Amino acid sequence: MAHPRHLSEPRLLQLLLIGIALAYLGLMIFLPLGAVLVQALQDGSGAWVAAVTEPDALAAVRLTLLVASIAVPLNLVFGVAASWAISKYEFRGKTLLVTLIELPFSVSPVVSGLVFVLLFGAQGWFGEWLASRDIEIIFAVPGLVLATVFVTFPFVARQLIPLMTMQGREEEEAALSLGASGWQTFWRVTLPNIRFGVLYGVLLCNARAMGEFGAVSVVSGHIRGETNTMPLQVEVLYNEYNFVAAFAVASLLAGLALVTLLLKSFLEWRHGDELAARH
Amino acid sequence: MLKVRSSRPVLPGFRLSLGITLFWLSVIVLVPLSAVFAKSATGGWDGFVAAALSERALASYRLTFGAALLGAAINCVFGLIVAWVLVRYDFPGKRALGAAVDLPFALPTAVAGIALTTLYADTGLLGRPLAALGLPVAYQPAGVVLALTFIGLPFVVRTVEPVLAEVAHETEEAATTLGATRLQTMARVIFPTLLPALATGFALAFARGAGEYGSVIFIAGNMPFRSEIAPLLIVTQLEEYDFAGAASIAVVMLLVSVAMLLVLNMLQHWQRRKG
Amino acid sequence: MLRGTSASVSVRSVSKRFSAFPALTDVSLDIAAGEFMALLGPSGSGKTTLLRVIAGLEVPDSGHVLFDGRDVTRVPAAERGIGFVFQHYALFGHMTIEQNIAFGLDVMKRRERPPRSQIRERVSELLQLVQLEGYEKRYPNQLSGGQRQRIALARALARRPSILLLDEPFGALDAKVRRELRSALRKIHEEIGLTSIFVTHDHEEAFGLADRVSILGTGRILEVGTPNGLRTSANQVVRSFLD
Repeated sequence: MAHPRHLSEPRLLQLLLIGIALAYLGLMIFLPLGAVLVQALQDGSGAWVAAVTEPDALAAVRLTLLVASIAVPLNLVFGVAASWAISKYEFRGKTLLVTLIELPFSVSPVVSGLVFVLLFGAQGWFGEWLASRDIEIIFAVPGLVLATVFVTFPFVARQLIPLMTMQGREEEEAALSLGASGWQTFWRVTLPNIRFGVLYGVLLCNARAMGEFGAVSVVSGHIRGETNTMPLQVEVLYNEYNFVAAFAVASLLAGLALVTLLLKSFLEWRHGDELAARH
Repeated sequence: MLKVRSSRPVLPGFRLSLGITLFWLSVIVLVPLSAVFAKSATGGWDGFVAAALSERALASYRLTFGAALLGAAINCVFGLIVAWVLVRYDFPGKRALGAAVDLPFALPTAVAGIALTTLYADTGLLGRPLAALGLPVAYQPAGVVLALTFIGLPFVVRTVEPVLAEVAHETEEAATTLGATRLQTMARVIFPTLLPALATGFALAFARGAGEYGSVIFIAGNMPFRSEIAPLLIVTQLEEYDFAGAASIAVVMLLVSVAMLLVLNMLQHWQRRKG
Repeated sequence: MLRGTSASVSVRSVSKRFSAFPALTDVSLDIAAGEFMALLGPSGSGKTTLLRVIAGLEVPDSGHVLFDGRDVTRVPAAERGIGFVFQHYALFGHMTIEQNIAFGLDVMKRRERPPRSQIRERVSELLQLVQLEGYEKRYPNQLSGGQRQRIALARALARRPSILLLDEPFGALDAKVRRELRSALRKIHEEIGLTSIFVTHDHEEAFGLADRVSILGTGRILEVGTPNGLRTSANQVVRSFLD
């Protein structure tokens, strides 16, 4: 070590602290993760494959992908628009707007689902109107999408607002002064500057969209093969004491989480300076 | 109300981007949330109070907020140690450990719920010895605390880490040259600097924990008055078609969320002022 | 009442490497008690490392540091009886000015620690010395750069060190404030009568302020002398550095 001993903790204390950190993360992170994998494979890989290729499981995978593929792009467009408005202009009410955008983060997932039941459910504000036109939102895919969009609402915006605020608007003004149109400026100057921030936000948004449980659970109705996303399928199987199948589907989701963390670490490592405004 | 302040020529796209933002915010967040308030009022003030402050609801708040506070407190202690170790020391596997801290952000809560339940059930790897010691975790309020501790783990680490990394080395050296022991430097110079970040991490973990559902319901046991969290009570009432009742409890939860947002804004202000 | 003690400093054959980079190579230097010494050199010359070795903030790979003939090489910085002023002040942001200055006294062992009233007296005495009376209750971020450095100086003097070490103390300040602080520092040095060693890369500052100047380059001492003596130095490297 470059520093004299008295500018750091005694070696023994260092080892103790590292030990505590390792034990805590081992107990809270690695052990549960390991438990998922062990449980998923306890009847062998054949049982695992059978569980994840069973029709209801495949339907759950397809539904999860479908919901995420709608919710994430919607929040991407919103996130970029919101960050553009907030970072490039000064206007009254900006602080309030930022707070409102972050609001879904602190709302309970259950409440996030409940609001749409109250709006579009059979007893909801628009329930009768929708029923008379045979439009299904609750207990159907649109409800799942709405709940997912609500829950993942702030992800992209939250990532981009500090980044774009830090970058300011000089480069955009330069492009305009050189004769570029507004859209050209956006595509050719702004977007290249924020692409890794966008990617980072989309990554986290997607992980949450695919893994969301509470909000979609309220609006789903748990119809197997139809409105069960993967996390909901895990619950159904688990409650039927079909543990191997439950953990098999759960292991897919755990794999998604690990891939997300890997990509996230990679982005932070390779492009950390471009994401630096995060904190 | 929303008007560009600057008078010099600005970038195009203000109306469009702000328009999209406000429209989407209203459709997805504001209108739906107002539905909760409207629904909770359909039974009048008495109906609201009867639903939101029933014995069962009060018991669920005590458990939900109590367990969230306890989980956040546990994470303050261990999160601080983890952040310290990650910033200050070098050891093999440090990078992987740092990435793993974010797992509770990325792992779907239902997966966390069944994994923790399996480990801590009376037949589980950790549950069996704990039960033998007379400390059952699963299907007890302790299980709720465990799940919320898991969910809140990244917050304290991630808020404290950057601040700890920025504590100027000079400041610590200054304390040394002024005669402070290492312990005095840690307690009187470093710790106070971390306090706003620590409080922010605590508040974030608490806010997240108070609303958490997926990881809790598997391990909690869900006994009314004993191990039933408030979000679950909302779901139960919804399944019984008591929409006003569900909305009333949701209003209480929302008010707590908004209060936490205000607290967090104040904490951020505090942190910035100190910086 | 302000007058304190001073100690001589001897550096004997000190070497210090940072991984592959030799920061100091066989450096020896004697500084008399009560002397005002400048360590002058370009960045990378090892002047700051030398100061930090004297302070105990770095441990040399080989060689010794002696205060008044006593070997302090292995004595922790906290027990060396020095005051250290950092380039970027290093004030404690969460403490008031009063708490900052009193810190060194507050952290003393209970039986050595002066009573509250005496600490308060010492704080106001030091604030008077650096001409910032009445600033007790302010916080560092309410002060200008020059004011902060005065507070840092007062804080460093609180425990009556016999040696004051300053690392580019005026480096972060603008020219006018620099000039003011320079004369203030010289005055304080004489009033208290301690040994002062300061690091600078500004030769005007070194020659205008110090009794003697040590010129460093690439981890070695090239020449030591009084400002007048050095101006006529024959050493080519030194000459090129001065012009």
